[in-house]
Amino acid sequence: MNLFKQFKQYPTAIIGLILIAIIIFIALYAIITIPYEEAVRLWRGNEEDTYRNPQKVPPVWVNLFRKDKFPESFSIYLTDEENKEVVVEDNSEDGLINKTYTYKFDYNYSTYLQEIILYGRNSFQEKQPFIEAFIITPDGRNIRVVNGGMSPKYVFRFSQDSKLKRRVKSDAIKGIFSTPESIKNESPELLKGEYTLVTKVRSFEENTKISVELVAHGRVFGVAGTDHLRRDISIALLWGAPIGLTFGLIAALGISILTMTISATGTWFGGFVDLLIQRITEVNMMLPFLPILIMVGTFYSKSILAILGVTIMLSIFSSSIKTYRATFVQIKQSTYIEAAKVYGASNRRIIFRYMLPKIIPMLIPGLVLSIPSYVFLEASLAVLGLGDPRLPTWGKLINDAHTNGALWNAEYYWILEPALLLIITGFAFAMVGFALDKIFNPRLREQ
Amino acid sequence: MTNNKKRESTLQRIGKYTILRLITLFITVVVGVYLTIIIANMGGYVDELVKGQVQESLTMRLTADESFRNLPKENREALLQRELALEFDRLGLNDPFLVRSMRFLLRAIKLDFGTANHMISASGSNKVRLIIGEQLPPTLLLMGTSNLLLFFIVMLIALYLSRRYGSYSDRFFTSLSPLSSMPSWFYGIFLILVFAALLRILPFGGMLGAPPPERGSWEYVASVLKHMILPVTSLTVSALFASIYSWRTFFLIFSSEDYVDMAKAKGLPSGLIRRRYILRPTLPTIITSFSLMLITMWMGAMVTEKVFQWPGLGTVIVNAVGLYDTAVIVGTTIIYGYLLAITVFLLDFVYALVDPRVKIGAGNRS
Repeated sequence: MNLFKQFKQYPTAIIGLILIAIIIFIALYAIITIPYEEAVRLWRGNEEDTYRNPQKVPPVWVNLFRKDKFPESFSIYLTDEENKEVVVEDNSEDGLINKTYTYKFDYNYSTYLQEIILYGRNSFQEKQPFIEAFIITPDGRNIRVVNGGMSPKYVFRFSQDSKLKRRVKSDAIKGIFSTPESIKNESPELLKGEYTLVTKVRSFEENTKISVELVAHGRVFGVAGTDHLRRDISIALLWGAPIGLTFGLIAALGISILTMTISATGTWFGGFVDLLIQRITEVNMMLPFLPILIMVGTFYSKSILAILGVTIMLSIFSSSIKTYRATFVQIKQSTYIEAAKVYGASNRRIIFRYMLPKIIPMLIPGLVLSIPSYVFLEASLAVLGLGDPRLPTWGKLINDAHTNGALWNAEYYWILEPALLLIITGFAFAMVGFALDKIFNPRLREQ
Repeated sequence: MTNNKKRESTLQRIGKYTILRLITLFITVVVGVYLTIIIANMGGYVDELVKGQVQESLTMRLTADESFRNLPKENREALLQRELALEFDRLGLNDPFLVRSMRFLLRAIKLDFGTANHMISASGSNKVRLIIGEQLPPTLLLMGTSNLLLFFIVMLIALYLSRRYGSYSDRFFTSLSPLSSMPSWFYGIFLILVFAALLRILPFGGMLGAPPPERGSWEYVASVLKHMILPVTSLTVSALFASIYSWRTFFLIFSSEDYVDMAKAKGLPSGLIRRRYILRPTLPTIITSFSLMLITMWMGAMVTEKVFQWPGLGTVIVNAVGLYDTAVIVGTTIIYGYLLAITVFLLDFVYALVDPRVKIGAGNRS
């Protein structure tokens, strides 16, 4: 309790604790709302998961800071008869479908949609169903978009249809959403207002089922935006938290405890053991840590567990063994250790019950301070292209963004979102760690 | 006369200390390289590498031979296998692991890393040694500049702050020390964002502008300098604040020693006290901490190079990973081991120069 009282004297430490709480909250939220398998599957970026997402667009909230609003993405099942936004005109006869779906939508944005797609699914035996679509613009133009047969897995992309392009005398999306007079200009005038999409569907066999979905890719998406593979970045932002925290915590804890134990053992037994540990430490400090990790990642396994294991193994014999040793040498000579020897305590008892607890105040600040460095290590490896290929992490986002020229193309959201979370994590643990350091090692504070 | 004799023996002591450190470091590096080889070869990768090279050169040699080409197919295959077995035997690839690894260690110490599978040096060679050698100067340039900058900036600020303990500027700099929890490449990304992407005043990366200026001309130097600003800044800044914090603390600890108070009581000028009574005894501690920090910085520089597309060792190893070029990966790893050792050795030498215990030959380090 005394510790907490002292802790309260450091406002930065309190802020740090709050930030850590936020990151832990994000981590828990990620684990609860998106199960691990689901996150890994979504991050694979399969077509059926990402077809509604536009490519490389910023999050929706950027519109709050803009006068010229970006169009939002939307999608709707035109054939879903329970949806009140779609007006259905049913002329079906004798089990043959003949329906007209009318869908109106407002378009009051200042930029063009990225893409409009019609996805059709149907079951037919011999004769393909027929689809026909028109768009009626606010100025009354009636543009035929498509007419033709529907394959079982039908996809019609507006911008890739050459006939439509010819009809509107321009890039399809631009042609539809601009005033016809300005279409030849360098920057055509965008026509705001209510657009109507009329879709006619006919089948020529009984019991044919048809569904048509309209997907419009806007220029903003979701809370975090999307990447080059149309994946929702928020998945990686959320899941980066538990992965990063677990990696950092396990690495920091494992390394601290093992280093401490080895150092205590060496000092207690002295002689050959101590000498050996010191020499191993010297060799280990000369080992190029990151290149060896790269080697392991390339030759054996990029799995995060393998990397974690190697990280711990290479970091046990670090320079802190020497720092701990200096303290242990003092502890070894203290009278209570003498007393323990006299009553016949075993070596193990002396090391674990009498020596190690003494050094914990020295250990804890260092441990807390080292957590962010391992969180960043995971990110560094991802930037070097050695991130676990299955896992969505913050480092992977930064790497994807950087290698796909996000900075060059001014797609800053892509890099800034994961970077911000990394900064928060780094700062939070650093602030708490520095405060703990001052509390546990008051010598520095008094200086 | 006595003074001259004393200086000589000081030199001798420093020399002895340096040679001793050199030998221990060399042994350390050799053990380190051996460990690296064992790690690399745990799945037999280095062996596969050598075998692949042997097979390739043998097949090339045989197919160039007319009489071999005229043999029937089965005979050709049998001959190839027999020759291959002989060649493996001759090169000792069938020897026990211990012997083989020792042989590879010897080659690694002689900087002979074999040939690359895919990568080619700018001069057109596929010798790993040349590929690495070409990319070494940019890395050394980057690291050397940042290290020197860092050392002097930190030294100046830390000394200044230690004299103004508890002042506003002191508290400001110490409160910035959490900034060092972020690695240099992370700063790099933000620097690129601000200075290259938003302001468009500095390049995004690389070492030379396009078209590359002629080597040795002033434009060349200017171009390199311009491309260096951001990577050097990110390397320096990432290590800056934590170093300032810890060096300032060292200065404070040493300036509260009794002999400093004694010197003040004697009325010595404050400049002299600072130089001889505070700076001198603190330097060995500072150099030890600087040496530890540089080891981390070498690793950080790898990722920073990748972020800035700086044509150095970090980029080599990243490219090698992309191309799965085992010889280059192992070679670069070993080179990094050497570079770490050289850094530590150089700082050890400086340590010997400034540590009075080495000079008077009393006491031992550690």
